[in-house]
Amino acid sequence: MKSINQNVHRDALPDFRNLGVILRMLLFVLALSAFVAACQSDSWASAIQRFLEVSAPVQPVVLLSVLVLAAASPMLHRLPYRTGIVTVLLIELILVTLVHKAGAQFFNADSRGQLVRFWLFTLVATALVLYYFHLRNRALSPALTEARLQALQARIRPHFLFNSINAVLSLIREEPKRAEIALEDMADLFRVLMADNRNLSTMAREVELTRQYLELEQLRLGERLTVEWHTENMPGEALIPPLVLQPLVENAVYHGIEPSSDPGVININVYKVRDEVHLVLRNPYRKDGNHHAGNKMALGNIRERLALHFDAEASLKTSITDNAYQVHIVIPYRKEAR
Amino acid sequence: MSKRGQSLRIVIADDEAPARSRIRDLLEDCAATFALEVVGEAANGRALIDLLQRTPADVVLLDIRMPEMDGIEAAQHIQKLPDPPSLIFTTAYDAYALKAFELHAVDYLLKPIRLRRLHDALTRVRSITPLSLDVLQQLTPEARRHLSVQERGRLVLVPVEKILFMRAELKYVTIRTAEREHLLEESLTRLEQEFHEKFVRIHRSCLVARDHIESFERGGEEGGESGWVVKLRGLDERLPVSRRQQHVMKEFGRL
Repeated sequence: MKSINQNVHRDALPDFRNLGVILRMLLFVLALSAFVAACQSDSWASAIQRFLEVSAPVQPVVLLSVLVLAAASPMLHRLPYRTGIVTVLLIELILVTLVHKAGAQFFNADSRGQLVRFWLFTLVATALVLYYFHLRNRALSPALTEARLQALQARIRPHFLFNSINAVLSLIREEPKRAEIALEDMADLFRVLMADNRNLSTMAREVELTRQYLELEQLRLGERLTVEWHTENMPGEALIPPLVLQPLVENAVYHGIEPSSDPGVININVYKVRDEVHLVLRNPYRKDGNHHAGNKMALGNIRERLALHFDAEASLKTSITDNAYQVHIVIPYRKEAR
Repeated sequence: MSKRGQSLRIVIADDEAPARSRIRDLLEDCAATFALEVVGEAANGRALIDLLQRTPADVVLLDIRMPEMDGIEAAQHIQKLPDPPSLIFTTAYDAYALKAFELHAVDYLLKPIRLRRLHDALTRVRSITPLSLDVLQQLTPEARRHLSVQERGRLVLVPVEKILFMRAELKYVTIRTAEREHLLEESLTRLEQEFHEKFVRIHRSCLVARDHIESFERGGEEGGESGWVVKLRGLDERLPVSRRQQHVMKEFGRL
């Protein structure tokens, strides 16, 4: 729990290149200027007049800040959080001084006193903006932690775990050799399930894991489960987020095979077309099965992780065609850099 | 039920062969201290009910999640057998059922089953009070997939998707399939609650299967108060729609 939190709850400066962050900065400083103007005036007309006066020097500073911070963003993110904040404050002070120097002739050049007031305004505004982003970061991170924990839990059905253990127990007396292999498969499977799965895995590893998982299911379900693999044109070295295929196959068994006494076929096809890797999974579809909540959660989880790694270049589509349920995943073909 | 002193006749119901063989192994271990014999095995609820009608048993070790007919539905039909066996549910994991079992003090065993637990459960089995249908229906949020009717001393299972309509008669409910009629001893109100997804009430005393509705017709004297009748696929008889239930026709694009 603790270690997961620490990973996610890290304080960090906002991403100054993100459009949302830039917009928030602009709006915040404008609002602050308007507030200052309103405080200094006694009527609406004069408030508007005052606002124009106040924001005249503020606008160039804000626009410059946006440019400079965006440019310096990678550098700032390498710094420790506190040093980063101090650096941002310094950058702002330098910018406001430069703007003041350059525009000295436009503003009433009573100068020193005004520059100090500018510095004060800048410090307050910058501190408030940074504090706002700090709070926002805090507010969003529990959601991220939770999403990650949910992903952890969504990975394996307790139903599968206990039934598999039960199946292995049944083998120990009669077929100890098969029981050994089954336990080894289980150990491998759980090693992957419990690993830190934020980095990409390869297609070959993912397929191997899925095969081991299916061995265990085969043990329980016997001839009710038939698996057809089409991996002749599989790019084994292609990168894929771990646990994309296995949970989908687990769904296929749970919804397509287990609810029927008749044997069913799961069809898995992995191939490459130009720069895209295709993963097609088909299983028998049963209309009256009403266990779709779990399925949607797993699909949502996989979709999210595909988007995280490949953004819009990856897609996951599901379709139902004559008694078959099909999941079709397309990801861009990427190899591990060696 | 067998007389005291005779060996306990046990049936194992589970869809997974290794799970059945595991229970068989454990029962063999129990047999050292306990007079028992396994009289049969079934891979789903339907097969179990067939088996129990041929082979009487004292106890069924009943898996919950099975294809075609799950353990909890099977239990509801088993209660209608002339001399129903005691039931001990088995499950690897089923959050909903476990909560309900605790609530209603129903006997269950968690898989993988421990020898000791199995032994204890079998020792207690003769004192288990039979489960009431009320309790059984609360064990699952799902509707049954079959209705069971007693006909000439046998329990007949009628798949719900084959039923065209259910009509309340004096003491019974008549359920009608394309082939024939059966008499069911249940209340229409309860049936409506359980099967509201598949059946719609068109009259105070009649539920029809949504999937089998072919059309609504203007039906002269047959039409009763509303003047409308329902035509069901595979059935010549037209069923009157009451004025109160006329609104259901909107769902199907009429009126």
